[in-house]
Amino acid sequence: MSSERIQMAHGSGGKLSHDLVKNIMWPAFANDILGAMHDGAQCTINGVRLAFSTDSYVVKPLFFAGGDIGKLAVCGTVNDVAMNGAVPLYLSAGFVLEEGFPIEILKRIVASMQQAAAEAGVYIVTGDTKVVEKGAVDGIYINTAGIGQIIDGIQISGQNARPGQDIILNGYLGEHSLAVMSERHGLEFPQTVVSDCAPLNRLVAELLTAVPQIAVLRDPTRGGLATTLNEIASQSQVGIMLDESSIPVSPAVQAACDILGFDPLYLANEGKMIVFVDKEYTAEVLRIMQSHIYGRESRIIGEVVPKPCGQVGLRTRIGGVRRLDMLIGDQLPRIC
Amino acid sequence: MLTMTDEQIKKAADFFTQEIARLAGQRSIRLMEVCGTHTVAIFKAGIRQLLPENVELVSGPGCPVCVTPNEYLDTAIAYSKDPQVIITTFGDMLKVPGSSSTLAQQKAAGADIRILYSPLESLEIAKENPDKNVIFLAVGFETTAPLAAATILMAEKAGITNFYVLSAHKLVPPALRVLLMSENSRVDGLLLPGHVSSMIGVKPYEFLIDEFSTPAVVAGFDPLDILQSIYMLVKQIHEGTPQLENQYRRIAPPRGNEVACRTLYKVYQAVDTVWRGIGNLEGSGLGIREEYRSFDAKTNIPVTVEVMKEHAGCQCGQVLCGTLLPTACPLFGKTCLPEHPVGSCMVSVEGTCAAWYKYGAGRWQG
Repeated sequence: MSSERIQMAHGSGGKLSHDLVKNIMWPAFANDILGAMHDGAQCTINGVRLAFSTDSYVVKPLFFAGGDIGKLAVCGTVNDVAMNGAVPLYLSAGFVLEEGFPIEILKRIVASMQQAAAEAGVYIVTGDTKVVEKGAVDGIYINTAGIGQIIDGIQISGQNARPGQDIILNGYLGEHSLAVMSERHGLEFPQTVVSDCAPLNRLVAELLTAVPQIAVLRDPTRGGLATTLNEIASQSQVGIMLDESSIPVSPAVQAACDILGFDPLYLANEGKMIVFVDKEYTAEVLRIMQSHIYGRESRIIGEVVPKPCGQVGLRTRIGGVRRLDMLIGDQLPRIC
Repeated sequence: MLTMTDEQIKKAADFFTQEIARLAGQRSIRLMEVCGTHTVAIFKAGIRQLLPENVELVSGPGCPVCVTPNEYLDTAIAYSKDPQVIITTFGDMLKVPGSSSTLAQQKAAGADIRILYSPLESLEIAKENPDKNVIFLAVGFETTAPLAAATILMAEKAGITNFYVLSAHKLVPPALRVLLMSENSRVDGLLLPGHVSSMIGVKPYEFLIDEFSTPAVVAGFDPLDILQSIYMLVKQIHEGTPQLENQYRRIAPPRGNEVACRTLYKVYQAVDTVWRGIGNLEGSGLGIREEYRSFDAKTNIPVTVEVMKEHAGCQCGQVLCGTLLPTACPLFGKTCLPEHPVGSCMVSVEGTCAAWYKYGAGRWQG
């Protein structure tokens, strides 16, 4: 009873997405750069190390508390480039527009893209527009690709996690998912949840300049913190132990999750990053992150342990330990 | 509960854990958490690890998706193939395998299947699509059934005539009776679902004591609620005084929610119904009453359903009765996986097998 068609869960960033990439994309495109499994490609041209990444944005609705599809399309790709230890420089933007889409809304989206690009300090230098018949897409889809230069001497990789490193997160989880979700379904929670969508490249550059020893950087987007940490644990062949009481979840997000039955550890974020670093540098990393606008709530959430290899565990408030698996199925579709 | 500091939580947890071990002594104790929400909460909090080896927790038949029979899925899938039909459902029904397909596969193949967070959204969809028949897949226990009933009442009031319900609602107490009567079951105490009691109260469980002398505690869902409830059960067993206790009084009043129950039984009545893997149980389901039959999908919209096939080797029935641990099923983690479930227990996030698989069978091999 194999599923021969694409299902929504194939796009969740969880297990089925991984299977799709592993079974269909990798065998077809196989090469060393793709095989390195970074958050984008790391390649060298004439001795210059570049990071290159692309992402498509299909979020529904187009506007939500804290952002819109345009801001997301810029920040998402900027962050993916930055997580390679790079300074993002140039972006491309491809638009697929539905016949009948209001130009006024397109203008708002484009203005928002430019504003985000200006904040990140990148330029949108090339692009493409396509229009398809009514009903062939849902309003507007945007693809962006980004290119940046990897900072000299920096080696960031999901394979660099080692026992003894601390794991640091820059703030509250789950805000993006729930902001989009509440807008889409007209849900009202006691407190409005605002998306964390933000460009993290300046924070990354500052961090890497001060602490080039940072081993792993990742942004926990689709699939959430739990899925991202599973990827790293598996790529580095180490165990990861988190401390439930240190993981920052705002009361508003927790309340919404309780109502909807979601786990904030699996919700997508668009302005969060995870840093793995040897314990001797932790204090310095925290100091820099906490003094940055996108890192005020930074804290240590766990550490790398020797085993069980490739697994993530969570020490709960009552003192038990449970395994955190990757996301299976789709918790929320079309979140970015 | 929510105002406790982490330190206070840990201190209380330590107290319950130590008392459970002390009172259990060397006695082998087997407790059943009836409800899937408890199964997940127990895993999420890592509770099994805090219990002594001789205090065992087994999962019961309280995951609505898990106990929904193949035949129901096949009917829903058959309806979804009708171009005049829009199916509305909670998301966790999508992956449940019917005899030869799933709703997710039908959706990918073009069927109009919409995922809801409240059954009331069905009425909006019905209004927006007057030329289509909107069928809501009503699955769940006493907790969700009143909402489905309220939706029917609202549809009647609003004069909506293209909204239908395919009902597979189930009742918890009759299932527990069958379970305790079964020869294979050895359950020393029951952790009862607090949210069901927030609707039906505590009284419907009195037979557990009167007829079966089985200790029972209506339990909440926070880690400390569960630990405290296990402690209460172990204490009863230790003292030899089986009782029906309510740990979840802050949410579940003794008489439940009488308004919700009145709404429920205005629209529905108890009927015999099939539980996947367990069989047909007398008075264990909810059927739409004669007066509201015009909202019953099966009565009003003809459909041809394929001949039902059970999946060979699937042991969901035994898992649901707590007589087989998921890890003892030969399919578990091999051909039956969350991304490709064979049995229904592997589907819902609250399914017994899905929870056991997801949380690594509850033991962290650190």
